[in-house]
Amino acid sequence: MDGQKDFRIRDRQIPAQPEFVARDRSVHPPAYTPEYKTTYLRSPQRALLSLQNSLSEITGPLFGHGELGPLDNDLILNYAKDQEPVGPRIIVHGHVLDGDGKGVPHTLVEFWQANAGGRYRHKNDSYVAAIDPNFGGCGRTITDENGYYYFRTIRPGPYPWRNFASSWRPAHIHFSLFGSGFAQRLITQLYFEGDPLIPLDPMIRGIPSERGRESLVALLDMNAQVQLDTLAYRWNIVLRGSRQTLFENKLQGN
Amino acid sequence: MKTQHLHYLPETPSQTAGPYVHIGLIPHQAGFDIFEKNFSNSVVSDGTKGERIRVEGRVIDGAGTPVRDVLVEIWQANAAGRYNHPLDRQEDKAADPTFRGWGRTGGDFQTGIYTFETIKPGAVAGRAGRGVMAPHINFWIVARGINIGLNTRMYFSDETDANARDPVLRMIEHEDRRSTLIGQRSARDGATVYTFDIYLQGERETVFFDV
Ligand SMILES: [Fe+3]
Repeated sequence: MDGQKDFRIRDRQIPAQPEFVARDRSVHPPAYTPEYKTTYLRSPQRALLSLQNSLSEITGPLFGHGELGPLDNDLILNYAKDQEPVGPRIIVHGHVLDGDGKGVPHTLVEFWQANAGGRYRHKNDSYVAAIDPNFGGCGRTITDENGYYYFRTIRPGPYPWRNFASSWRPAHIHFSLFGSGFAQRLITQLYFEGDPLIPLDPMIRGIPSERGRESLVALLDMNAQVQLDTLAYRWNIVLRGSRQTLFENKLQGN
Repeated sequence: MKTQHLHYLPETPSQTAGPYVHIGLIPHQAGFDIFEKNFSNSVVSDGTKGERIRVEGRVIDGAGTPVRDVLVEIWQANAAGRYNHPLDRQEDKAADPTFRGWGRTGGDFQTGIYTFETIKPGAVAGRAGRGVMAPHINFWIVARGINIGLNTRMYFSDETDANARDPVLRMIEHEDRRSTLIGQRSARDGATVYTFDIYLQGERETVFFDV
């Protein structure tokens, strides 16, 4: 980070079983999904080379709570100029979990999205919907010691894109996750319960299983609303689990 | 017969980073400033030990066109060959608290070229402490049209002997494909540059790993 010159790691809990389970690729969209046309020229054609985990995979960048600003997890305020952004106010919250269902503590979560009209603040986005002068559309947070995260934003709008002559993305928020090792690195998207565009979306349809597709849908969480102020959605994210190396450990240090 | 179940949770499915990934991860490239502190392509700071190098290249699609909206991240050991992470217990190698070892950047919207300012890493112990891996930088690539992030490694053209012994390079059965993982060293304007182009498809398709 700019101006940040001390990356010492203090008092960090180390998982007892550090290697990750082999990635189950059947839960993910394959590299080439014909309905999502851009994958045609951007998907590797050859088999991936499987690697057992070394230090290069089980380690990864760690981030300190102090590296973020106080409004980084508040998209309603982090770019507001003279007033707050337009759109339904929502809280998004949940846990980042590992394959054993344990929270992943102190891990960086980043998110970005279109504004309520479906327009991104991005020099390459030319959709007709208006830029909201009070909305940036990105934020980040670090999970607490239990893997819990939350942020506040406005609900994004759907937007059209060129895939079929006019495809429409369901409302969504993009998420970036780290975990404790670089092999856990993941980018995915959150969708909203009840959105009728979900079953039509080429990106979601690339996910092989119904269970997998459903796992990207955040649920309306009336218990977490701020009364007369802000709705809430709950969404858990699961990163790759660790391997149980019960006997193998004895071989280490040879 | 009813049996017990193993309650491991499946990983959340990956989704493409999309064309606007820059907003979230490198907002300056999307065209605005929002955070006080930003992650960048400069991995070094003043006190960092090691040989300063620049790593640059393009990610090229199956039609030979640079992927201009790509996002690239690197993860590497310090000059002594140690990662800045508590699981790296190579106590014989010095830690460097000025060096996190991680950077991110986007391809240039015109040329597709990505650039990192970093140091050349040292050799790292191999899997479970056995053997030595040649110096390398781990790459992770996402973009519109990439459904799940791609993992690869850059090795160094001036490490011929270490590369020949590297356990990962040696796993690549077709020896001519090993060359897809070698960054080529050159000198430019007094700087040391390694050029590392990544091919998503075709004759020169880069070796990608299932890590
Ligand atoms: Fe999007």
